[in-house]
Amino acid sequence: MEIAPESQAPPSPIPKLIEDLTLLDEVSNRTAGVSRLEMCIQCGTCGGSCPSAADMDHTPRMLFAMIRAGMRKDALMSNTPWICVSCYHCVVRCPQNVHIADVMYTLKGMAIEAKLYRDSTAPDFSQTFVDMVEEYGRSFEFGLATRHYLKHFPLRLPSMAPMGFGMLTRQRMSMTPRRIKGIDQLKTILKKAKEVEAVHE
Amino acid sequence: MSKYLLYPGCSMETSARAYYDSLKAISGPVGLELEEIEDWNCCGATEYLGISLTPAYALISRNLALAAQQNHGKRAVVAPCSACYLNLAKADYYMREQPTLATHVNQALAAGGLSYTPGSLAIRHLLDVLIYDIGLDTIKSKVVRPLTGLRVAPYLGCMVPRPDYEKRWSDHEHPVELDLLLKALGAEVIDFPLKTHCCGGHMTQIGPETAFELIRGLIVSAEAHEADIMTTVCPMCQMNLDAYQGEANRYFGSAFKMPIVFFTQLMGVAFGLDPKDLGFGLELTSARKAMSRVGVETPEPQASAPRPRKDSSLPMPKPLPTKADLAEKVEAAK
Ligand code: SF4
Ligand code: SF4
Repeated sequence: MEIAPESQAPPSPIPKLIEDLTLLDEVSNRTAGVSRLEMCIQCGTCGGSCPSAADMDHTPRMLFAMIRAGMRKDALMSNTPWICVSCYHCVVRCPQNVHIADVMYTLKGMAIEAKLYRDSTAPDFSQTFVDMVEEYGRSFEFGLATRHYLKHFPLRLPSMAPMGFGMLTRQRMSMTPRRIKGIDQLKTILKKAKEVEAVHE
Repeated sequence: MSKYLLYPGCSMETSARAYYDSLKAISGPVGLELEEIEDWNCCGATEYLGISLTPAYALISRNLALAAQQNHGKRAVVAPCSACYLNLAKADYYMREQPTLATHVNQALAAGGLSYTPGSLAIRHLLDVLIYDIGLDTIKSKVVRPLTGLRVAPYLGCMVPRPDYEKRWSDHEHPVELDLLLKALGAEVIDFPLKTHCCGGHMTQIGPETAFELIRGLIVSAEAHEADIMTTVCPMCQMNLDAYQGEANRYFGSAFKMPIVFFTQLMGVAFGLDPKDLGFGLELTSARKAMSRVGVETPEPQASAPRPRKDSSLPMPKPLPTKADLAEKVEAAK
């Protein structure tokens, strides 16, 4: 039997250094508290408990296996963290007490930094929300919802009108943002926080 | 009087006004004294945490620092919103668990002349305080108009009983606290299997189909158990289930009419307070029929003219293109 020359062998999906755990370490270090990500035993309880699993590219279990395998690009491209609704169902059921929901936040941050995502709807929503909070100190639902829908679902806006109108007429949505008194103090704090973050990353 | 510091969170003054109004109305009767944290800021909801770590925790912790400053006695911080509660509790817990996070956050706070020592405040959800500090006996003793015959689905949502850093709840998935409170009000409480399932959170904004599916599941289950009304402990849950119920109906071609009210509104009714002071009528899916079962007439959800826009407000997004505009564009492209 003839053996195919090595140059024709398909590229291996397994990274060269099987013991290269830098991605795992990085994700772990960037997560608040102690992530315990390295403790994952791949039991799958998380995916089985997740209300959003059907819409996810990868279940949390699979995503964690990819992180362990050092598949940086695939892991950061996954829509999973963006679909995660932070319900903590997986967190309270995980036998290894992995801080799954917080790892999802970390992955979002890393994906934004690396500009790795397929659909920008969710990252944009987070960013718009954050921009408004940084500007006013309070969230501003009306401005946020209209801007977001206008950009991403313009065709849905007319159909959302009854709901928006209902919220407005009951004065459950304010058309004007409110600003906190200490907005300068808050801005100073956030500026410093970003500097601290940059030094330690 | 039990004294607490209140962190209302952004939605209490707008989308969850009914929650705020009813909370204020029942505070007196149950002996709850709430002092609002001065100049609190948004907790970042679930959005800021995904952007960057230290700023997100610094944003949350400014509130904790302000609360600690204002705290002359030994009072806990009470948050009625589930997401706010979780963010505040989480920031405090993770700063205790990971001292470097606390150091970084405090470096940022120091730039604004503030500081916070993790663990120096207790952070509690409103439901927890009502059940475990005020107590079911006190609540029961205030009931003058029991909710007899009203079938209620107790819906907690996900963030209150989980992840439960301080081990306050009877269970993560089927806690009994809200059931007991509603029973103390005389209501008939259904054994709601989805009581801690997710309402869709921010998915109504970024993936409405995912959210509609979750919303539908919750309402179908409540209907299957013949609930007259669902009650929630969270502004986000109320907003998703109430305001987006019509959207979900349009999406599925269904005709659900499940009223969703805050548990404090039901408490107020049982205490004999005026439904107008409890935020009834602010819901988009009317609670009138359900409440008439206990002989209470609540205001019809009213459509009043929206307030005119102030010039000082944000520039509004451009209006949608009209059909004529679009036709013009198509022409130009040809
Ligand atoms: S439940 Fe926990 S241990 Fe099991 S696969 Fe998920 S993260 Fe890993
Ligand atoms: S926290 Fe996220 S990943 Fe975990 S069960 Fe909920 S939606 Fe799924």
